[in-house]
Amino acid sequence: MALLNPKGSFIDNLPRIYGLYTGGFIVFILLMSLLEKFGGSEDTIAKLFVAFTIIIYAVIGYLSRTAQVDAYYVAGRQVPSVFNGMATAADWMSGASFVAMAGGIYMAGYPYLGFVVGWTGGYVLVAVLMAPYLRKFGCYTVPDFIGTRYGGNLARFLAVVVLIVASFTYVTAQIDATGTIAAKVLQIPYALGVWLALIAILLCAMLGGMRAVTWTQVAQYIVLIIAYLLPVFWMSNKQGFGMFPQFEYGAAVAKLGELETLHQVGVLKPVSAVVGMSALTVKHAFASTDPIAAFKFVTLVACMMLGTASLPHILMRYFTTPSVKSARTSVAWSLLFIFLLYFTAPALATLTKLQVLDPSLATSIIGKPITQVLALDWVGKWSNVGFLKIIDSNGDGILQINEFFMRADIVVLATPEIAGLPAVISGLVAAGGLAAAMSTADGLLLAIANALSHDLYYKMIDPKADVKHRLLVARVLLLAIGAAGSAVASLRLTGILGAVAWAFDFAMSGLFFPLVLGVWWKRANREGAIAGMAVGLGVGSWYLYMVKWGGMAPWYGLDDLRFGIVGAGASLIAMVVVTLMTKAPDAEIQAMVDEVRIPKGASVLSSTH
Amino acid sequence: MSTGISQKEVHWSRTRALMIIHMVIWFIFAFGIHWFAPQLNKVQLFGFPMGFYMAAQGSLIIFVVQLFVFDWQQHRIDRECGMAEEE
Repeated sequence: MALLNPKGSFIDNLPRIYGLYTGGFIVFILLMSLLEKFGGSEDTIAKLFVAFTIIIYAVIGYLSRTAQVDAYYVAGRQVPSVFNGMATAADWMSGASFVAMAGGIYMAGYPYLGFVVGWTGGYVLVAVLMAPYLRKFGCYTVPDFIGTRYGGNLARFLAVVVLIVASFTYVTAQIDATGTIAAKVLQIPYALGVWLALIAILLCAMLGGMRAVTWTQVAQYIVLIIAYLLPVFWMSNKQGFGMFPQFEYGAAVAKLGELETLHQVGVLKPVSAVVGMSALTVKHAFASTDPIAAFKFVTLVACMMLGTASLPHILMRYFTTPSVKSARTSVAWSLLFIFLLYFTAPALATLTKLQVLDPSLATSIIGKPITQVLALDWVGKWSNVGFLKIIDSNGDGILQINEFFMRADIVVLATPEIAGLPAVISGLVAAGGLAAAMSTADGLLLAIANALSHDLYYKMIDPKADVKHRLLVARVLLLAIGAAGSAVASLRLTGILGAVAWAFDFAMSGLFFPLVLGVWWKRANREGAIAGMAVGLGVGSWYLYMVKWGGMAPWYGLDDLRFGIVGAGASLIAMVVVTLMTKAPDAEIQAMVDEVRIPKGASVLSSTH
Repeated sequence: MSTGISQKEVHWSRTRALMIIHMVIWFIFAFGIHWFAPQLNKVQLFGFPMGFYMAAQGSLIIFVVQLFVFDWQQHRIDRECGMAEEE
């Protein structure tokens, strides 16, 4: 990076470097809109967007190559808190957040907001209960903390198992999302898209590990947040919803309420079912008075929050800051950067729905003659790829609410087209979705490969391995895990969102209580932690299997998205009971816990452990 | 050394108290308020039905502000107890 910063260190120049980068990206967007004016096709523009951004990430990945252990595992512990906040936000916001969240709110209305609350509030747990303490500990990976705090290879091994189950479930969904976007933009078969996606993902992480992933994630955050916000501001101003629609869409929510009555949303049910697609049957802001509905909302929130605080690829981002204080500050920045997207998603869902439903807007389709709707560009395009379907079930030639089917996750991608924004915006959104999915996939692959190379290989199999050997193993594993993830992704077992929610449930079932109690309960011991992880993961997996495939009726509405409640509950009971039945940890471990609780002083593990 | 140990104890009890306060706030805005969404929806807040608003935006703003305040408070505790890192 020496070219960019003649004076001062790379870290000192970060604001300037990323400022230039952001400016460059905006210039690129302007160039693309010029190209569109001079007749460049939509496909060409989208391809240029995707190619340009991926090349940038790969260059950053290459420039960040390293041969040092602490640079590879924790980016040399010198990432300033604001930049770590951006990297965490990119790490965090996956294809599901970018592509599927607004669509989910569009289709399911209020109950879906449980994801919005859960995926933000979890950071309160991260900041208050975990991140600063794990940073003080000085570990490289999450199992590193479990293994040292509780002692013994079995505890470390179980933590690796939980990490792999949760992260692998998650990463297949991200490779799937990356491949889907690549396949659509480049017009290649999905299976090929998945493997191309993997190559792009590995380009960012292979040579530089955490250091490379950190700096690409910052770049990816900038792309994804611009790509998410720009269309919303544009649409809002174009259609007169106000300058900052996030604060002003209350009127749109009220208007939707009237339109839902007009179009008989919830009264007209679809006559026929279309696989993978749905028609709108739920009112936007309606919260049921049924206590089970409230219970389902808060349990979904709880699963997403506890899962957030247990997911290793997120926790390990806070190992990269220079100090305990900066780790804590960084969590606040992370949440602010995440908030920018999450409080926009409901606004986007509301405004897009209004575009489709409001007869006074030129963009509306419900209530229009079907021949006229089918002639619309975006309807034709998305129908052709099987993401949208119109069935005139009552044969009157007019499109009713129960005759319009679509896959929820096209809402974000289709919104620029629905609102009649220029094609350059569609290209930008594709690049944003790709950035979101790639950055999360990178973080997850690295979390898995690092746990295997550091905890399994170095700590348990070959403690005498030298640095070169350790990093070689780490890279080979990264490649192998990535290939395995792509192979599973190309089978397309679950939808993007299902797999993501499961990852949270697995992580909280196995890791939440062993991590929290490791800091906050000095008495917690090895036997308890082992029981907590084994019982939590075991019971959680059993419950998921029984509810999803075993034909068991869910307990109190705890369906397969919420199995973490059962898993984590079992984990807590097992951990507390077994800990109290066995003897307290020795004085050395207790002193270690005391040391973790204060920011001052050297980290518990040395920097080259 | 005896003062050192008691400083550590003061630091930890203040840290724990701060944790409990923030967990209570978190609990209210993560769960408590959403339990009453149907009732809150009858009230308007900034032009939104309040139940919808709290889930779409209100709770999120509270969490963000809460974390910056928490960071500041914890740092103050660390400094006052002499447990902060050297700058």
